[in-house]
Amino acid sequence: MQQRRTIDQIHTNRVLLNGQLDTPKWWAPTVIVLGIIVAIGFFLIGIMVNKGLGVTGLSRPVYWGLFITTFVFWVGISHAGIMISAILRLSQAEWRRPVTRAAELLTVFSLLTALLFPLMHAGRPWRIIYFILPYDFARGIMPNVRSPLIWDPVAISTYLTGSTLFLYIALLPDLGNLRDRTTGWQNALYTILALGWRGNPRQWKLQTVGGILLSALMLPIFVSVHSIVSWDFAVTPAVEGWHSTIFAPYFVIGAVHSGVSAVVTMMALMRWLWKWEDFIRPEHFDALARLLIVVATGWLAFTFLELLFAVYGLDAPELELRDMQIFQWPWNLLFVTFLFTGYIIPVGMWLQKSVRNNIALMFWSSLFVNIGMWLERFMIIVPGLARKTPFVYTWEAYRPSGLEWFILFWSLAWVTFLMLLFSRFFPLVPLFEQKESQTFGDSIKIGRVRVPAIVREAD
Amino acid sequence: MTLQREKRQYSWGMVVDVDKCTGCQACVLACQAENNVPLNLQDRFERARAMSWIRVERYWEGEFPDIKARFIPIMCQHCENAPCEPVCPVFATYHNNEGLNVQVYNRCVGTRYCANGCPYIVRFFNYWEPVWPEAFRNHLNPDVTVRSRGIMEKCSFCIQRIRRGVRNAERENRDVIDGEIQTACTQACPTDALVFGNFNDEDSKVSKMKKDDRHYTLLPHLATDPNVVYLAKIDPDRSAGASHG
Repeated sequence: MQQRRTIDQIHTNRVLLNGQLDTPKWWAPTVIVLGIIVAIGFFLIGIMVNKGLGVTGLSRPVYWGLFITTFVFWVGISHAGIMISAILRLSQAEWRRPVTRAAELLTVFSLLTALLFPLMHAGRPWRIIYFILPYDFARGIMPNVRSPLIWDPVAISTYLTGSTLFLYIALLPDLGNLRDRTTGWQNALYTILALGWRGNPRQWKLQTVGGILLSALMLPIFVSVHSIVSWDFAVTPAVEGWHSTIFAPYFVIGAVHSGVSAVVTMMALMRWLWKWEDFIRPEHFDALARLLIVVATGWLAFTFLELLFAVYGLDAPELELRDMQIFQWPWNLLFVTFLFTGYIIPVGMWLQKSVRNNIALMFWSSLFVNIGMWLERFMIIVPGLARKTPFVYTWEAYRPSGLEWFILFWSLAWVTFLMLLFSRFFPLVPLFEQKESQTFGDSIKIGRVRVPAIVREAD
Repeated sequence: MTLQREKRQYSWGMVVDVDKCTGCQACVLACQAENNVPLNLQDRFERARAMSWIRVERYWEGEFPDIKARFIPIMCQHCENAPCEPVCPVFATYHNNEGLNVQVYNRCVGTRYCANGCPYIVRFFNYWEPVWPEAFRNHLNPDVTVRSRGIMEKCSFCIQRIRRGVRNAERENRDVIDGEIQTACTQACPTDALVFGNFNDEDSKVSKMKKDDRHYTLLPHLATDPNVVYLAKIDPDRSAGASHG
């Protein structure tokens, strides 16, 4: 069971607000380096928009490549927030508390990043406004609602709106706390953002009800977002490797796998960088690793089901595609790497209790998962296009250009950059959640027995 | 709503007699010239970005020395149930009331989703701005839009010729005569392997050819219902039955 520690509230305030009130020395240089990478990335995207998509390695018929893979990857990562903050909140898992905000934040920033990829990979990004706004009222042409590319922005912007509200509601008490501890322009900023938070019972009640309602409202999004992203592929009968009914649940569970792993990576970094050993504890890693073993195994089952469904029909083009994907160079190397990094190495490690309680090992194993999950999306998207039809005349290979690789790298730097900027102004661990958890655990002595100080309906 | 095939005045289509195709590539060149398709320089081929609205695929059948080259011209099939149409978010590609799958260049934003949806791989993306040598500038067909970079293009059944033919007929208050409208590829084909016409005219050449026992369509299991019909190769070495392409 989880160990209980008693941390007094003054210590909690001092340590958890160190990002804002006592910024660590590494912060500024790290943000500057990341900022340079981000600036180069935006410059390269500008070049691509200016010159055309000829600068990528795309061809015919491999019309979608690294960018769409990375888009799906970031949408997958975004499932971290909803899993940790909504599902674990509704199921009252006590250990979620220190990581809820970081997970939600990762959701918001990874969704923002994911949205950039379909935009930049279009031939004429400046006309993408047609997607979102009904264009040219004079001619009366609306966007085509039958297209999955219309469903995508709807699903993702719903998720983004919900997550942003959720993040903000959970931030209110801490903003009040910061307002009371700062002076000057910072005080003015926090005063506006805190929306008059004074911490009276009515405000607390509204804040709690708002959080629970948003968790419940966002549950359908948990299923819908990645299902819809998977339908970008699944509704295309022309591509052998894409046209599969199993894609929606397969993508959703894969997204949870990669998202929760990203939270583990982030927790380890937070513990090391801000020295939050008292708050992000090995038992949290232990709990997440147990959850991940279940999720990963479910995901592996879907991976094999997808392969099984594909080869069961003994359809010649499909067999040819799977033969390339699994046995032909260089796909066989990618396939083996994907299996080992996505499942065999991390889950093999997590089965040991010593690994689950070792922060460094958890950090590396969770990084492996996301390498594997990126490869999974790549292995789904590209081989299907490269071996598209029985017309072998048009079979092609795909070699991403250096620019595409750099933009993948840029997206990682960009999300980290945004997270670090956020950490300078807002606490990454919710203070009030931490204190609430502590209070729920407090006990008082009545006569000869100790009883919980607060009684909850379901605990 | 698009009209059903039977209710249209015109239902344009093509019949490709694979038995007559010699693989001479005249159709490919004619199409290139008629429709302002950019030049396919060496690097375009090397990076698999060459554009040809019609292509002649060559397959080898048998083992040396008993080996045969098989040719099959493939262009946009103008499917009645086209997989490229529903996936376009901006209606840049849709079906018109003459059975054509048309591409509206102005609307296209370049998601390339239609190209992924197309099982025949006959949709082409402009990765670069098209460039012609100075000497070629005046050779461009003024009836056809030059496509800018970032958009999709594909075979239009030479819609500029169809429009001209229909307009002439309307001016003279008559129906279009069979054979009056020729696409660039059918006009260039030395063996008449490609025939263009109106499937809704019972007496047209294409309607009669379509009734041939050798007729088939490409990838019928995808139920795209193409408006391009193929007639199978006649193989004297085989005793009976149609061999596919």
